[in-house]
Amino acid sequence: MNDGIPVTSGGAPLPDEWARLHPMSPVIRAGRAAAGVATIFGIRSAAEHQTPWDAIAVFAIAVVAGIVYWSVTRWRVDGGELQIDTGLVRRQQVRVPLTRIQGIDLVRPLLARAVGVSELRLVLAGHGTGSARLAYLHEDQAVAVRAQLLALAHGLDHATPEPAERPILSVASSTLVASYLISPRLVLGSLLVTGSVIVMVLYPKQLVPTVGPVLAIFAIFLLGVARQAAAEWDMQIAEAPDGLRLRSGLLQTRAETVPHGRVQAIRWVEPLWWRPFGWVRLEFDVARRRNADPTEEQSAMTSKALLPVGSRAEARYLLGHVMPGATGELPPAAGVPARAVWRVPLKRRFARVYVDESYIACCHGRVRPDTVIVPLHKIQSMRWSQGPWSRRLRLGSVLVDTAGQRFTGSARFRDETEARELLARLADLAHAARSRTTC
Amino acid sequence: MDPQWCSPSPAMWRARRAVIGLLSVVVLLAVGLPLGFGAGAVPAVIGVAIVLTLSAGALLLVWRRYRTWGYAEREEDLLVRRGVMIKRLTVVPYGRMQFVDVTAGPVDRIFGLSTVQLHTAAAATDAKIPGLDAAEAGRLRDYLAALGEAKASGL
Repeated sequence: MNDGIPVTSGGAPLPDEWARLHPMSPVIRAGRAAAGVATIFGIRSAAEHQTPWDAIAVFAIAVVAGIVYWSVTRWRVDGGELQIDTGLVRRQQVRVPLTRIQGIDLVRPLLARAVGVSELRLVLAGHGTGSARLAYLHEDQAVAVRAQLLALAHGLDHATPEPAERPILSVASSTLVASYLISPRLVLGSLLVTGSVIVMVLYPKQLVPTVGPVLAIFAIFLLGVARQAAAEWDMQIAEAPDGLRLRSGLLQTRAETVPHGRVQAIRWVEPLWWRPFGWVRLEFDVARRRNADPTEEQSAMTSKALLPVGSRAEARYLLGHVMPGATGELPPAAGVPARAVWRVPLKRRFARVYVDESYIACCHGRVRPDTVIVPLHKIQSMRWSQGPWSRRLRLGSVLVDTAGQRFTGSARFRDETEARELLARLADLAHAARSRTTC
Repeated sequence: MDPQWCSPSPAMWRARRAVIGLLSVVVLLAVGLPLGFGAGAVPAVIGVAIVLTLSAGALLLVWRRYRTWGYAEREEDLLVRRGVMIKRLTVVPYGRMQFVDVTAGPVDRIFGLSTVQLHTAAAATDAKIPGLDAAEAGRLRDYLAALGEAKASGL
């Protein structure tokens, strides 16, 4: 292990020579990997009043694996590339041309925060953030490396200070908690649990076996909601010259940059139960590869909110920042014909579409109406479709695909001719928008 | 939107017909012979009638599906239409194509057919043109690839 490669210490500049990651990395990696398994073993052993040898063994193996991984991993910046070598059995050499870096996420899991280290994830077009990562670096160093890499990526000298950012919005934690508490998932769940408890008290003997699973399911459910809320906790949105900076997280914090022009689509969600408070949620979608690796999938799940909850004015302001001139509130005139009530009896009210020179916005849904806004120059393909029942009613749907993975703009159940015209118009408008942006 | 529509090759209909025909004969033998020898003439006739009706239905369906496939090359995009029950029309701008692939299964190869599929950065894009003559498929592939390069635009 001691072959002359220096261990990177806090605040060191970008290494020209091979450098190692932070010496605490194996422990943190092992801690993350083994926490779940160890918990299960630990609970069982505690119940049996024994020393949890198996849990300790699992943790030890994980630590050893982490140390091995750490000792074979090295990185440097050389010849305009970030180079990461890793792997013991299967050697992997990652070379990232600095100019291809789209952004760098700074992720700090709970354990890493306690130790004072951070993980850097490089965002590359078409690869998400899975392939190139530095886990872990000292906190100060991580910030410095991030700033220097970004400066190099923009073709500047590495000593250029990180461009100043201007905070534009922050989400109050009380609002976030309130917005989650009034969601039907939790309200229904709580009613279910209250009911189960009452039943359990009234008929203790017979019903425990049936009520137990209900509580367990609700607990899992609650955990999922709590995870999402924790990821969106204390969201700070700042504006920098290269894009929006999002910072959030309760246990694991995450700082990411959403570069201008990389957003494929935005979804404006306005659930009915938020309506009395005038709250809106904004979600964004960027180009990612299909089947990205699982950790990436997870982070993609938790980081998709641009604005977890906020007032309409805030949402409008933020939307205007990312997509100037776009609107998430569609005029009711752009509705579907009355006969569509035979096909979609309930959802008809919010089904609207709005197209202008630069954007298409489609709204649908009844309980949780959402509006997908797609810049016309991001459209990958357009589809028109008509099922047998819709054909009877002379209705047609237009769908708009983007390179994002989550949202498809769909103007469903329009008048047949209108849908055809919309498709033709979209094709022309999208072409015009593309040639405008490429020139 | 009324461009020049092209259809798949008639060989596609022949290929589909041949597959259904072959399958029908196999099923007819498998149903008819045991019934005829085991249960007598009446069940055998009923069985054969059912199989024949099913094959006729399948033929009709395949014929209608074959008729609905179409594609059109416009100035800036390619149109693909398909579907009997659910009618679909897909518009793929040339500049958005990531790659084009041409595939041919064993039956398709016997009849000299290929399937051309267009891929964009969106997973949902479903632009597939089956049953093209190998020559036409090659021409379309080269033409689309060249156009894709000429009109390419970033994400």
